[in-house]
Amino acid sequence: MFAINTILHRVQRGCQTISYPAGPAPALPDRHGGALRVDGAKCADSCSACLPVCPTGAITRSAGSLVALDLGKCIFCAECVAACPTKAITQTGQHPMAVRRREDLVLGAPGAEELRLAAALDDKLRKLLGRSLKLRQVSAGGCNACEADTNVLGTIGWDLGRFGIQFVASPRHADGLLMTGPVTKNMELALKKTYDAVPAPKIVIAVGACAIAGGPFIGHEEHHNGVSAIVPVDLFIPGCPPHPLTILDGLLRLLGRL
Amino acid sequence: MNGTMNKTLEFALLANATCLSLSDVPTWPVADLVRATGDELDRGARLCAWFGVPDENGTEIVAVIAFDADNTLAVARSTPFRGEYPSLTATHPQAHLFEREVWEQHNLIPKGHPWLKPVRRGRNGAPANGEFFRVEGREIHEVAVGPVHAGIIEPGHFRFQCNGEEVLHLEIALGYQHRGIERALVSGPHLATMSQMETIAGDTTIGHATAHAMVLEALAGTEAPLRAQWLRAIALELERLANHTGDIGALAGDVAFLPTMSACGKIRGDFLNLTAMICGNRFGRGLVRPGGCRQDLEPARATALLEKLRASIKDVEEAMEWLWDANSVRSRFEGTGTVHTEQAAAMGLVGVAARASALVRDVRFDHPAGWHRFAQLPVAVWPGGDVAARAKVRCLEIQRSGTFLEEQLAAPPEGEIRTPLPGLAANSLAVALVEGWRGEICHVAVTGVGGRFQAYKITDPSFHNWTGLALALRGQAISDFPLCNKSFNLSYCGFDL
Repeated sequence: MFAINTILHRVQRGCQTISYPAGPAPALPDRHGGALRVDGAKCADSCSACLPVCPTGAITRSAGSLVALDLGKCIFCAECVAACPTKAITQTGQHPMAVRRREDLVLGAPGAEELRLAAALDDKLRKLLGRSLKLRQVSAGGCNACEADTNVLGTIGWDLGRFGIQFVASPRHADGLLMTGPVTKNMELALKKTYDAVPAPKIVIAVGACAIAGGPFIGHEEHHNGVSAIVPVDLFIPGCPPHPLTILDGLLRLLGRL
Repeated sequence: MNGTMNKTLEFALLANATCLSLSDVPTWPVADLVRATGDELDRGARLCAWFGVPDENGTEIVAVIAFDADNTLAVARSTPFRGEYPSLTATHPQAHLFEREVWEQHNLIPKGHPWLKPVRRGRNGAPANGEFFRVEGREIHEVAVGPVHAGIIEPGHFRFQCNGEEVLHLEIALGYQHRGIERALVSGPHLATMSQMETIAGDTTIGHATAHAMVLEALAGTEAPLRAQWLRAIALELERLANHTGDIGALAGDVAFLPTMSACGKIRGDFLNLTAMICGNRFGRGLVRPGGCRQDLEPARATALLEKLRASIKDVEEAMEWLWDANSVRSRFEGTGTVHTEQAAAMGLVGVAARASALVRDVRFDHPAGWHRFAQLPVAVWPGGDVAARAKVRCLEIQRSGTFLEEQLAAPPEGEIRTPLPGLAANSLAVALVEGWRGEICHVAVTGVGGRFQAYKITDPSFHNWTGLALALRGQAISDFPLCNKSFNLSYCGFDL
């Protein structure tokens, strides 16, 4: 009888929701690598070994200047980490990666070796939101990985609802949009209409490399290379896809809950 | 009448994950290609791919078909032409989307196609899908859903023709996710190609990446080392486990059976974490590369993985048991969204949807390549064609994937994990099929001078199967759409490319 079995299962398992953020964050997989750190000062003169291995053109170095790695374009393949002869590019193993300003994703310059993590929304907006954040999710060319690892936050292991965060079925019910995908031209109109339908003040969260800069498809004429081309973005969460922990961290930072 | 009308036209045969010189691919006038393809489909072949390769004299159509019982693939092409040709769809409906696609991309008009309209083309910021099929009558109403849906789901548009609650017809219009993947492959492979292959359908990273890697390896006249083939096969089953478990949970959720929904939501993540144990990424990004795999599964790691796998399999088996134990679930699943065997065969359905309509087709068994030449899984087939059958096939596959992984993890081949890839053969054609968790993934490359891609065709299983969902809805209550949709769980981006 499933009724008895399921009740027994519940009793045996107890609460399966992670204790984070009250307790420690669950560890990232050991081969995940986390956020990157770029010490431009460690680069050898005229070395550009990392440039030709980057599939998305996230790394640039013009003559006489320091290397710059745009973590918004990065799909975290870590080919550059392996290619770097001076260990100027390294993996930190850290999951927090969300930033408020696009330029805070560019690493390499002195003082900007690591991400400048997101500040919370201003007090007025946070007060307006209270303990609730309702989001409408729009996938506009997302490959279903960012979508899946956003969805997973609603399962019992993560229980996003305990933070008052919920994905709603109408833009009219939403405080903002959580965007995935590079914004295909075929989704442009739908995104604009959805954005317009969200009551102001509204926030936009771009999840994943595609939504930030086009991801693996950067430069294709069939899309807009990210959400910023269509609507203003308040929070950028890098990754391909970002680990659920990275997405949760970003949402909580935005709400000033970390 | 033309001269070849009475001659038997013979396709060139090739095995999965192999390559042919283009000079060995028979070339016929397009009317003969249509007739010969139709004849083979009548003899039980399936259409895997049908696509255009443009050159200065027009566009040639390439047909790739599969003889499952003979474990062989076959290929032929037309001479380049422009304008009209006699539609294959008129007699063999499984070609309908392929012909629409070729028309959209190359302006070759399949004369006699019953429903010729764009597949993905956009206009004014949304796909212009033209007219929708309409049922006329005073009692008929139309329901339009999407592109943006209520949950965290990819975009697509569904147009229902209803009489009260009953759906008379559903037409599915996609294209919203189009990212230009095939166009970008022309003159490739490029630096970003492998990452793009991994995100054709992000939930099928291993499936598509493996198909692409096998195409390149076939063109290079090489194979990945055995250990890499073994690891790809393991990752493919982990991908299947995660997605099937998620689907079982979602199906349970749609009939308000929360115990299995809650449990499977968590267990799905546990399976994704097993893939992340191998390569760091929960979806398997960065694992499969042409010439092998980028990470190894060393003995200590394999032992740890097996231990976690056993626990997760035990958990999911328990959750599946509750599901089938509940009368309320069975009564909602059984007889809902039925696709009959004849319909499934006529539309060329693949994967879970085909096997749930009693069709025995599974690339791992019918066209074994890579590690599946040495280690087979039994094909999970169930009759009925309804939501219950599609759920049942998934449950059987979860069990069989678990057993397969248990066996394979215990007996890894020794050796290298990756070898350098030699140059690709010029003027050649290579085909690779992989049984992804949704079904047959087909990649076909045609190379030109210097071994660069002249054309690259990707057929996600969803391309075959969306029509199956439309058929499943006929005569169904519209309120059962979410349940039917979950029972197929098809890819939007894999279709839109």
